[in-house]
Amino acid sequence: MAMAIPGRRRRLDRGYPFFLIPAAVLFTAVIAVPFAMNIGISLTRWQGVGPMTWVGLKNYQRLFHDSVFWSSFLHNVGLVVAMAVVPTALGLVVAAGLFDFIGKRFGPRTASVLRACIYLPQVMPLAVMGVVWGWILAPGDGVLNSALKDVGLGSLAHDWLGDPNTALYTVMAIMVWIQLGFPVVIFMAGLQRVDPVLHEAASIDGAGWWRRFWHITVPQIRPESYVVLLMCTIAALKAFAPIYVLTRGGPGTSTDIPSYYSYQNFFEKTQVGYGAAIATVLTVLTLIVTTIFIVVQGRHQDEES
Amino acid sequence: MARSDAAAARPRRGRGGYAVLVAFVLLAVFMVLPFGIVLLNALKTSSDYSTHGPLALPEAISFDNVRTFWNLVDFTHVLWNSVLISGCVALFAVVLSVLNAYAIGIGRIRGRLWILVAFLVANLLPQEGLVYPLYYLAKQTNLYDTRLAVIIVFTVIQSAFGTYLLSSVLSAFPREILEAARIDGAGKFRLLWQVVVPVSRPTLAVMLTFFFIWTWNEFLIPLVFLVSNQNQTVPVALGVAQGEHIVDVTMQAASGLLGIIPAIVFFLIFQRTLTRGVTVGSVK
Repeated sequence: MAMAIPGRRRRLDRGYPFFLIPAAVLFTAVIAVPFAMNIGISLTRWQGVGPMTWVGLKNYQRLFHDSVFWSSFLHNVGLVVAMAVVPTALGLVVAAGLFDFIGKRFGPRTASVLRACIYLPQVMPLAVMGVVWGWILAPGDGVLNSALKDVGLGSLAHDWLGDPNTALYTVMAIMVWIQLGFPVVIFMAGLQRVDPVLHEAASIDGAGWWRRFWHITVPQIRPESYVVLLMCTIAALKAFAPIYVLTRGGPGTSTDIPSYYSYQNFFEKTQVGYGAAIATVLTVLTLIVTTIFIVVQGRHQDEES
Repeated sequence: MARSDAAAARPRRGRGGYAVLVAFVLLAVFMVLPFGIVLLNALKTSSDYSTHGPLALPEAISFDNVRTFWNLVDFTHVLWNSVLISGCVALFAVVLSVLNAYAIGIGRIRGRLWILVAFLVANLLPQEGLVYPLYYLAKQTNLYDTRLAVIIVFTVIQSAFGTYLLSSVLSAFPREILEAARIDGAGKFRLLWQVVVPVSRPTLAVMLTFFFIWTWNEFLIPLVFLVSNQNQTVPVALGVAQGEHIVDVTMQAASGLLGIIPAIVFFLIFQRTLTRGVTVGSVK
């Protein structure tokens, strides 16, 4: 009997790769081939139609000296701050506050209603959130400016998204608002794992809320923090929709990011080879960020175990 | 000192407690305020807006702006496109994920670790790096500006994540159940449809929900692929309409409202699955 099962298992296991055939075909057509094509195109000068000229690494050289690309890269760093760093830090405080302050003193129902409000922007399409904020911040008779006038603060009215000096900060503020709900929900779920005995012991020892937050809550939900930071950083690198809807990279290039810059080169300037080079750099960047996070996370897990 | 801390450990509201509550309520209000302002102004006439401003209640509830915008973008059609695309993607991506995860998690085929890494990478790749070749290939195969092209692309992209998630779930599938079914003479297909799928139904429901909402919210690829208005999805139609034929402030609010309502409906319907799903995702 004990001999028969492994033998039978091996015979049965032989058929399993068959189930991967549909995925193999589809992934080749939709991911692998386009991915290779994009790298190939990035080594050419091409307008999307007509002849394709091989230029080797020229597009990458041009990229290296292109000040628009570098500034778009810096804007993207700003979006990483607005979409990953700030929401994660703020999300930790908000989640801990909701979970073990509001939840314990005013009941878990109050906490979950507040959480739902904070999470609401997260269920919306980014493009729709862009439409809403573009409408609120419109110059002239837009909502914010009209409201400021109504309450007698008309002098503060401003073309928030149209002024190159404020456009990027305005987009960043909107992204914090959109993104905050994600870490809050993940962290609140993670906090349920934290043993309440730890908090009780610490408060008996005289630790206040902030000290318990810093020394118990934060280290305990470190795994969640890594996942949130990674996912939000990658989302920030792909923030095409809000830029397209809010500013189209403008005014000028003051809110351009590589994601949108590659789109412009593909479909507006028909410099497809150059666009493909930008997209390739963006892809490599995404993979590097992912690898760094996975390595750091693995190292911390090793230390803890 | 010790006494006051012991008192703080007990559930006690106190003046400080209410101050914290007020701070959180203010934050929550700030988060939902834009939605309220959209609703308030979408139901106003534009003359009402210009006389009384954005913060006043409407003089009379008017659906004119919503109706005009609805007809302008043929919203009935746009809504149906989004439902069709997201529904098909959710269904096909779950089926594809199940097939893959069955081979990887239950079949434990050779090289499964590398296959999983490949799926993970496929899921993380920025769409910017795929969009132009996909656009070119779609034109070559006459799939450009069809909903089918978008369905195929997102079925693959979503199933990359689905395979990754479901493979780890299925690799923990109780071996005794599988052995029992095998001894009863179940083949691989019967084992899949009659044992594995029914048992993992809660996970599949979460995946279905996520794929539907994620696909609904997608922007770049639908924007590039669906150029004609009759094929566009809700986010694309609204994103493109903004700054094109929108004339006044209140109609723009109406367009925002039409984008928000479906998302709120899904949120309410799927809230249970969603919160459960977010937890599942964070544990892995």
